[in-house]
Amino acid sequence: MAVRVQFENNNEVGVFSKLTNSYCLVAIGGSENFYSVFEAELSETIPVVHMSVAGCRIIGRMTVGNKNGLLVPSSTTDTELQHIRNSLPDTIKVQRVEERLSALGNVIACNDYVALVHPDLDRDTEEILADTLDVEVFRQTVAGNVLVGSYAALSNRGGLVHPKTTIQDQDELSSLLQVPLVAGTVNRGSDVIAAGMVVNDWCAFCGLDTTSTEISVIESVFKLNDAKPTAITSTMRASLIDSMS
Amino acid sequence: MEYISPENEAALTGARVLCCQCAVPIEPNPSNMCVACLRTDIDISEGIPKQATIFFCRGCERYLQPPAEWVVAALESRELLALCLKKLKGLGRVKLVDACFAWTEPHSKRIKVKITIQGEVMGGAVLQQTFIVEYSIQHQMCDACHRSEAQDYWRALVQVRQRANNRKTFYYLEQLILKHKAHENTLGIKPKHDGLDFFYATENHARKMVDFIQSVLPIKCTHSKKLISHDIHSNIYNYKFTFSLEIVPLSKDSVVCLPKKLTQQLGAISPICLVNRVTSTIHLIDARTGQVCEVSSTVYWRNPFSPICNPKQLVEYIVMDIEVLKEHEKKSFPGQGMVSSKHVVADVWVVKASELGLDVNPVHTRTHLGHILKPGDTVLGYNIGDSNVNDSNFDKLDRDTIPDVFLVKKYYGERSARRRARAWKLKHMAEELHEGLSSTNEDYNDFLDDLEEDPAFRQNVNIFKDENKIPVDTDEIDPSLPRITLAEMLDDMVIEDVDMTEV
Repeated sequence: MAVRVQFENNNEVGVFSKLTNSYCLVAIGGSENFYSVFEAELSETIPVVHMSVAGCRIIGRMTVGNKNGLLVPSSTTDTELQHIRNSLPDTIKVQRVEERLSALGNVIACNDYVALVHPDLDRDTEEILADTLDVEVFRQTVAGNVLVGSYAALSNRGGLVHPKTTIQDQDELSSLLQVPLVAGTVNRGSDVIAAGMVVNDWCAFCGLDTTSTEISVIESVFKLNDAKPTAITSTMRASLIDSMS
Repeated sequence: MEYISPENEAALTGARVLCCQCAVPIEPNPSNMCVACLRTDIDISEGIPKQATIFFCRGCERYLQPPAEWVVAALESRELLALCLKKLKGLGRVKLVDACFAWTEPHSKRIKVKITIQGEVMGGAVLQQTFIVEYSIQHQMCDACHRSEAQDYWRALVQVRQRANNRKTFYYLEQLILKHKAHENTLGIKPKHDGLDFFYATENHARKMVDFIQSVLPIKCTHSKKLISHDIHSNIYNYKFTFSLEIVPLSKDSVVCLPKKLTQQLGAISPICLVNRVTSTIHLIDARTGQVCEVSSTVYWRNPFSPICNPKQLVEYIVMDIEVLKEHEKKSFPGQGMVSSKHVVADVWVVKASELGLDVNPVHTRTHLGHILKPGDTVLGYNIGDSNVNDSNFDKLDRDTIPDVFLVKKYYGERSARRRARAWKLKHMAEELHEGLSSTNEDYNDFLDDLEEDPAFRQNVNIFKDENKIPVDTDEIDPSLPRITLAEMLDDMVIEDVDMTEV
């Protein structure tokens, strides 16, 4: 199920929220509309938490997380960190990292098993990432962009990447991630995928500008409405099986 | 291994995304929309008017180039296209790729221009669009046509009149006006009986013309105005102004009889004088003593005098003998005015050309033409003794002091021969105007003869080389004829055309 939502007249909802399979973070907005949309979809299954990072609302770009854990940048204050720890289930490891590239959401794209990171990311961070989120880490680029976190949105069932990603790159990335990938857009042609949407294994939120075509691409690649596997995924799978055998 | 052609490879590597509006697979572009969707979404021609108006003057077939210029442009010409494109606002924001005319019926008052523009949209995608702009042509009269069309448009009128027998003064005035371009602001010129009318849009232009004529000819000016309409509330009065100029009715070679009082004022010059030149003053010369004087227009109008002989009365005389006056024979007296150094006073004995060969005694007279006359020359003069003069000043004179024959100028032989040898011409303000003026063509030829004879006279005239004239063999031309040298013509020749066709 993909939902269109807007944060204070801004379509870049991926900037102001973070969605994983075990929790959802939303920025503290002027009104509760944004929060309410998430709450309506998710409250029965996972906690939806208000938070800020270093007093800023751009939490989606500053943090990275999956069902296992959450990494926050070093600029996060102690109170904020304490608030997160209190709000999230105990099983989720929350870790603060000293990283020069402090917009962790922009430099890291991950699902529950694999993370693609910026080629210049610190070794220590990489280790912390692997430990906290319990993922395999690959240094990669998406369509020549080093900000993999901005240009790719991943879940355990699929992934949407920058529209200029070549077929070869898509094949390479999907063999690393073990999920089908598709090049696409959100918010009426915007190529900053992760800024325009957040996704987990059963639900996606995208900007209000997103067209029905984009919604249908998102729903099919992330398998959000349990549709039958499309031609893309079937051929994708075939190619995966080919490459693995 | 299988050979992959470059196209196939491109197809493989070049990922395709779905157009975000219509789900057509496309090459990714900055807006990630297919061309058709971009078209519907964004109109790069927005802000460029699809219809415009251009103004056309039917009188002179020119187009208005704002703000106030009128340009000639043929249909489907480069100039017209430039004019049309300048009319479109907002072309600066986009890149103009192509523009051409779409065919329209020449009389439809419509011009269609097909314009192709390129514009950048949504972060770098370049979109090209072709559209047609329709221009409707509206008629608007240009200033020049408006002036000529509205004959009643004038505000001020300068009437130039001369109550004289010949029109030489007007020919001279025409040349002066052309030389000084004094007719620039004139709306129209109309020949009238005894003179010319100059029409102007404002009083100032007319006043300028009056000042100009005043500076070159002796005139009397009267000014009047007629109230056309007025608005008592705003204190606006609408007048038509008329300047009436009367030129002194004398021209070169007129013989005049001065009032007694005036002769005393002018250094006791003898009453019967010859007009030597007319500039802003009248230059008189006494043939018997060579004494000269100038009469300004104010002096003239205080004591007007008129020519006593008509140029038609000029008679040809043959010089039988000539004797230059010795220095001691010249009379001088206290209070005498200036004596000309350019002229030589001589005793001359002449016989009428018609009576030559008969047994007639030569008539004795004094002349100022001693420097150019030789025995055997032909000379033109008035036979005052035998003519009937109606002049009050003349009647008061003592008959003994009046010469029988008054010689005016040397005669250089056959008119037609001189005309043939004339390798120059003058410009005219307007041909039809000139025909109105030259009712007597003889006057005009006289004027041209005068120009040839007097270098000082032709100083103020632009003389142009006559290209159409077949050069006459110089041997055939009498070397004694006064001629204008080629150097003078070349000096005076100018490229710019001084025609008055536009007025």
